[in-house]
Amino acid sequence: MKRKTRRLWLVIACVGALGTAAGLTLTAFSSNIQLFMTPSQVAAKPPPADRTVRLGGMVVAGSVKRDHKGDTPINRFDVTDGQSAVTVSFEGILPDLFREGQSVVAVGSMAPDGGFTASEVLAKHDETYMPKEVAEALQKSGKWDPKFGPPPDAASWNTMTQKEASATVQGK
Amino acid sequence: MSPELGRFALSLACVFALAQAILPLIGAQRRDRRLMAIAPGLAVGQLVALAASFLCLVNAAITNDFSVSNILENSAVAKPLLYKITGVWGNHEGSILLWAMILGICGAAVAAFGRNLPSALRARVLAVLGGVAAGFELFCLTTSDPFDRVWPAPLDGQGMNPLLQDPGLAFHPPILYTGYVGFAVPFAFAIAALIEGRVDAAWGRWVRPWAVAAWAFLTCGIALGSWWSYYVLGWGGYWFWDPVENASLIPWLSGTALMHSAIVVEKREALKIWTVLLAIGTFSFSLSGTFLVRSGILNSVHAFAQDPARGIFILGLLGLVIGGSLVLFAWRAPSLTAGGLFAPVSREGALVLNNILLCSLCAVVLTGTMYPPFMSLLFGKTISVGKPFFDAATIPLAIPLFAVMGFGPMLPWKRAQLWPVMRRLWVVALVTLAAFAVSLWGLSGVLPVLCATFAVWVIATSATDVANRIALFREPFSRSLQRARSLPRSAFGAALAHAGVGVTVLGLAAMSQAQHRVVEVHIGQTERLAGYDWTLTNVQTEPGPNYVAMVATIEIRHNGHIVTVMHPSKRSFNSQNQTTTEVSIHTNGLSDLYGVIGDRHGTDADPTYVLRLHYNPLAPWMWFGALIMAIGGALSLSDRRMRIGAPRRAPLADVVAAE
Repeated sequence: MKRKTRRLWLVIACVGALGTAAGLTLTAFSSNIQLFMTPSQVAAKPPPADRTVRLGGMVVAGSVKRDHKGDTPINRFDVTDGQSAVTVSFEGILPDLFREGQSVVAVGSMAPDGGFTASEVLAKHDETYMPKEVAEALQKSGKWDPKFGPPPDAASWNTMTQKEASATVQGK
Repeated sequence: MSPELGRFALSLACVFALAQAILPLIGAQRRDRRLMAIAPGLAVGQLVALAASFLCLVNAAITNDFSVSNILENSAVAKPLLYKITGVWGNHEGSILLWAMILGICGAAVAAFGRNLPSALRARVLAVLGGVAAGFELFCLTTSDPFDRVWPAPLDGQGMNPLLQDPGLAFHPPILYTGYVGFAVPFAFAIAALIEGRVDAAWGRWVRPWAVAAWAFLTCGIALGSWWSYYVLGWGGYWFWDPVENASLIPWLSGTALMHSAIVVEKREALKIWTVLLAIGTFSFSLSGTFLVRSGILNSVHAFAQDPARGIFILGLLGLVIGGSLVLFAWRAPSLTAGGLFAPVSREGALVLNNILLCSLCAVVLTGTMYPPFMSLLFGKTISVGKPFFDAATIPLAIPLFAVMGFGPMLPWKRAQLWPVMRRLWVVALVTLAAFAVSLWGLSGVLPVLCATFAVWVIATSATDVANRIALFREPFSRSLQRARSLPRSAFGAALAHAGVGVTVLGLAAMSQAQHRVVEVHIGQTERLAGYDWTLTNVQTEPGPNYVAMVATIEIRHNGHIVTVMHPSKRSFNSQNQTTTEVSIHTNGLSDLYGVIGDRHGTDADPTYVLRLHYNPLAPWMWFGALIMAIGGALSLSDRRMRIGAPRRAPLADVVAAE
């Protein structure tokens, strides 16, 4: 076996394996990427029902309701980014760190009735933590400026006008 | 007083490390024996200083010195002693100090075990280790000082995260870090070889034990982390493809490739340049994995340090280490001579295929991990890549890897014929076919069936390999026993590690068939899952030291016979307004019954409880397999050939100067 032939074999094997890897990665990307969406994005342009997305926002205070389907409990709660809210339904045990008025990420897809069916609900380890996307959405909508202290109570975001928002944060 | 002593010791270690980085390097260039001989002493001195510094921090934690801000934030009087100690490395500052100390241990180990190394090589290896250590000690001193004081000192600390008070999490970081940092030694050998311009069989033999040791620790660390998330987080999952987890998987994959390509360097003096590159790459992945995660650049549930100033220092340090070594590689690698020739079908060929497949896997995991942060950085698009992506992209690449793993070790070096090897494998082929039939019947889905089949193939070929080597059943048993005794331990180690991979993969394949149900039940109600009847018989409230627990009693019956009684509970910590879930797991080695209690609902007269019940087939095998892999690695390390009798390096006729 000559050095050149060996090198040819090596190149063929490398190209083959890396090509397969790239192909697999691209196919997996095209069907399995989960977009992060805020409730207002979902309201403006709902994703197709077969697409898994991550819906992130704050749990509206007082919105958590419980329901049953046979023996299976179903939790429903509203997730908001301060501009619109989406009702999420989730079969299962909510995580230990799930709280009303705190940030949450729901992984799932749109249901035919316009709600969101979550297969997984993630709550962050830290109580003061807010997903970057949610913080940005709040700032964009003018309802919170981090310069003026902690974000306002999530329950008020939907109804609060921009003027009120600036009044509350400035007042603090 | 002791925190200041600790900081002083850390500064001292940093000075030692700087001296260790510079003096031996100059000595090796000038062939100055005295300067070269100074390196081991400095390495040991650095370790002593680091250990003193670490002990000072531990002491501050044990004595509840809340004037130290790190202890204040991460400890509290009521914390159990064990978690006061382990809490030292449960935070950013302490974990960097632990990291530096493990690097110090590696340096001292090279100084102690490297007596048979040529003095110039040892001096250069220690110098590189010293340079890396100096960087991290500076990082620790300037941006993440664990000994910072606060004034006035409060009476009690704030650090009582109940989720982190767990033996699994307590011992996970040191083991994982030992794995990460261990790859610094092959890295240092690679840099030293590049400076020297020489890689030969002896170099391969010196590097291999370090790579194996680091790999074994990393394997244990990853398995321990996965086990922790399985039994603590209570989601019934074991691997979430979280960036933190991937950060440990990527160096594991490239480290596995390194461990195998070093064999080719040792036995056949081929793949030299590639091995050097792998050594650099593996350590770079270890470094960037941990530190990008720690700096919060990859946003994740686990990341606990989110400070941009640190990020800039870390990026600078990473750029220096990785960029510097790659530049050195580009400059010096062409001067390394190409090695021996071999046919595609040969042991070397199989090892090359192993390397190609492992590196492709590594590239896929790296892409999947880095793509989301890059997308958000460059295009402001927030996406995430989860389990479906990784399953679809990695398993099809892993299956050919398992196939090669089976017969690779049986191929002779240099040039082999496939047919004689295949002929020896007819028993294995039958076993594999049987496994295929069983998994077709028991598992659903193409990938799980293929994974299970090839897992059995890997285990069966490993057993056959050992049986062939000791001529089991072909010669009298006593003769086989004698052969087994004279067979090098590294051969057993390799077969055992391969079998361990098979065991883990079997567990993973079976876990794809895990079943679970979420139910809301009254007391006395029975639910059915996976052929078991689960009855909630009682729920009690029990007070704990700093929490109140809601403890459920669940009786599990199979065909009317009681299997077990489990007590999952939910703890509410009043001080932090936090709850934790205590999972209850019953295992019989073949499957886990896994129970979680959720919220209490209904009226006081007629309460209902949410339960989550899991049936996890072969779950313990995933971690058991990892343990077997690590034992295989340890067995290889105990091989005498790995430690002594290393081939004497041929005397260097013409000294290659590095300038």
